[in-house]
Amino acid sequence: MNIFVLMKSTFDTEEKINVRNNKIDEDGAEFIINPYDEYAIEEAIQQRDQHGGEITVVNVGSSDNEKQLRTALAMGADKAVLINTEDDVEAGDAFTTVKILEAFFEEKDVDLILAGNVAIDEATGQVGPRLAQCLDIDYVTTITELRIDGKQVTVEKDVEGDIEVIETSLPVLVTCQQGLNEPRYPSLPGIMKAKKKPLEELEIDDLNIEEEDVQPMTKTIEIFLPPERQAGKVLQGESQEQVAELVQLLQKEAKVF
Amino acid sequence: MSDIQEKVFKGGSFITEDVLPEDIITPEDLTDEHEMIAKTTEDFVEGEVLPKMDQLENQQFDYAVDLLKQAGELGLLGVDVPEEYGGLGLDKISSALIAEKFALAGGFSVSYGGHVGIGSLPIVFFGNQQQKQKYLPPLATGEKLAAYALTEPGSGSDALGAKTSAKLNEAGTHYILNGEKQWITNSAFADVFIVYAQIDGDKFTAFIVERDFPGVSTGPEEKKMGLKSSSTRTLILEDTEVPVENVLGEVGRGHIIAFNILNVGRYKLAIGGVGASKRGIELSASYANERKQFNTPIANFSLIQEKLATMATHTYANESAVYRTVGLFEQRMGKLTQEQLNDGSEVAKAIAEYQIECSITKVFGSELMDYVVDEAVQIHGGYGFMQEYEVERMYRDSRVQRIFEGTNEINRLLIPGSLMKKAMKGELPLLQKAQNLQEELMMLMPEEVGTKTLEQEKYLLKNAKKIGLLAAGLAAQKYGEKLKQEQELLANIADIVSEIYNIESAILRTEKAIAKTGEAKNQQKILYTEVYVEEAFNRIEADAKETIIASESGDTLRITLSAMRKLTRHDPTNVIAKKREIAKTILQEEKYTV
Repeated sequence: MNIFVLMKSTFDTEEKINVRNNKIDEDGAEFIINPYDEYAIEEAIQQRDQHGGEITVVNVGSSDNEKQLRTALAMGADKAVLINTEDDVEAGDAFTTVKILEAFFEEKDVDLILAGNVAIDEATGQVGPRLAQCLDIDYVTTITELRIDGKQVTVEKDVEGDIEVIETSLPVLVTCQQGLNEPRYPSLPGIMKAKKKPLEELEIDDLNIEEEDVQPMTKTIEIFLPPERQAGKVLQGESQEQVAELVQLLQKEAKVF
Repeated sequence: MSDIQEKVFKGGSFITEDVLPEDIITPEDLTDEHEMIAKTTEDFVEGEVLPKMDQLENQQFDYAVDLLKQAGELGLLGVDVPEEYGGLGLDKISSALIAEKFALAGGFSVSYGGHVGIGSLPIVFFGNQQQKQKYLPPLATGEKLAAYALTEPGSGSDALGAKTSAKLNEAGTHYILNGEKQWITNSAFADVFIVYAQIDGDKFTAFIVERDFPGVSTGPEEKKMGLKSSSTRTLILEDTEVPVENVLGEVGRGHIIAFNILNVGRYKLAIGGVGASKRGIELSASYANERKQFNTPIANFSLIQEKLATMATHTYANESAVYRTVGLFEQRMGKLTQEQLNDGSEVAKAIAEYQIECSITKVFGSELMDYVVDEAVQIHGGYGFMQEYEVERMYRDSRVQRIFEGTNEINRLLIPGSLMKKAMKGELPLLQKAQNLQEELMMLMPEEVGTKTLEQEKYLLKNAKKIGLLAAGLAAQKYGEKLKQEQELLANIADIVSEIYNIESAILRTEKAIAKTGEAKNQQKILYTEVYVEEAFNRIEADAKETIIASESGDTLRITLSAMRKLTRHDPTNVIAKKREIAKTILQEEKYTV
């Protein structure tokens, strides 16, 4: 089975976010594999171990992302591809990424593509479904279970807490939701093996596309942090007075009704 | 795994030689694999160990065993075990990084260290082929767990005074061991113990003792101040029959194993101190940002900032010294051939070479950690005294670090002692240097010090080395052989030597980083170095002065002190201002950052 995983590098979840000049300051920040993409990598490994085949992890980004690709290899993926856009693409969005990936997959023989449900940074959740559309294959988002039997695919999909069972067939693209599996830690032997696994680096030239083809379709107007939480208020007096005051505050200050 | 410096340095040579930035290993030299190994360990500790902390602290040791086995599956127990015996045979930097990350887990990290370090390493370094084949593969996976049994009720620092006896049976097949080993880490569940006993009353020897051997038992669990997650019991040996093939190393040469394993244990302990200190800073910085008094986060008070800055500055110096020491080991051990690695005496020589550096990092690592956790509790105020806050446990866990692996007092005495030995053997040109210095001091003219980054710090380092030689030289001259009895002076000399090592390590690390990525990206490192050097230099001056006053009198004393003043004269750094800058970054990032 030819398995591909779409992987994004994101800020470490423990990283403090500082905004400078309408940009998130990345200086000295730690990057990790987008946590939802870890479910995708883990699932790819389990499916490969069950059905055989090869896993290629694909990243559109910069040379800094090599580290996260190596981590995916250390977890157990077989090959990695870095499509390095740092010199060619100044600004990008989900459209940009999908265009590049579409070109990448043009010549590829694909059985299964896995991606995270969303990336924890911009959280558009669009790259997976849009890519499937472009490649003209089926897709299911937010999956929590994946069973493959020959060409037959059964998927459990998380629908706002309920489960939908969907049947489809290979080739298929799925995006992975929390609960699908428990991603493994890259073991030390895995880390040492990863050093020797192939990591191919491409630029958009190699995919026969130009910067004009991948111009973002969205514009970022402003980036700001959520407002700081205000200190709570403790109401005084008899319960009845407190309730009356609370109703009034909800109405006038919080404007909830 | 890593391409590190080509030169092999003699232990203690930093006192007499100038060292270049490219000669040392720093935390900025890590490879991607190193970082991935560190991350796997950190994720494992945070994801698997910390959630079980309550059970571990409650001494439910089945949790500890289970977690050690999980660590084994990830390869975390086989780092120092050669590949041919089922391990990974990675470099010393990898095992150092792992030890640093495990430190977050307090007492559990001691269980881990007890197994992979003092428990397994004696066999890795000193076992014969059969012993390695039999014991190492299950130790590397965690199928079997190890412990180290040296201390006895009557012999702590005086380890060779052990009373446990071993006597060959009549058939010549087994040694019969009798005695009690005290405070044995992992004793509740270890399968293999490294035990030291006296054969025929005077041949101190190491043995591999299996739990299942007849006559092996353990006493009740000790009630300790801290490190409660680790098991500590007495190992009781009653007519225990140990096959002769389980003698580790040579009969009567157990001290070679004991002391060298302690050396490794010492720098590993220092690494743990770095890890714990980083955690203490992280917890304190985020607490200071959160906690409000007088309507403002306490992080806004400059006394709190001063604490955080000092904690971070010390951590930086210590981290620099520790990783430099790890680099020395890696360099030296990495150069050994397979044949030499199989020969315990070659390994012992390589380890013993850096005894001074090991003692320095042990003393400072443990005192740094104690200082940081103490201030961490202080920043937490009354909440820090409550068990629901992690710093409360860290405070208790820290205290014993100054006691085990050789008390800090013993380690302080070892530092000048080893230096003297090296000088006498002609391995270090200490005496020559001390003589030259006396002549030099007579004619010493004040030097123009440049104002470029770190120029003053390098000047102070150069002078600190001279001050150290001066003080040590005078004490040696005055007391000669009797200096051994002047323990206060020896401790002063040890502190001066240690501070020299620390400030040199910090300066070289910062210089190396600047050469790589420029000054702008290394502002925090520069600040740490400037503050640490200024404060450490003042401590060196005080220690030297006290030593000289105790060694000289009258006119000679006055002349010597005035000569020293020429060496200590410098434009002082405004540490208060610099510490506020340091704290600003720490509070913004809410963690120790370089």
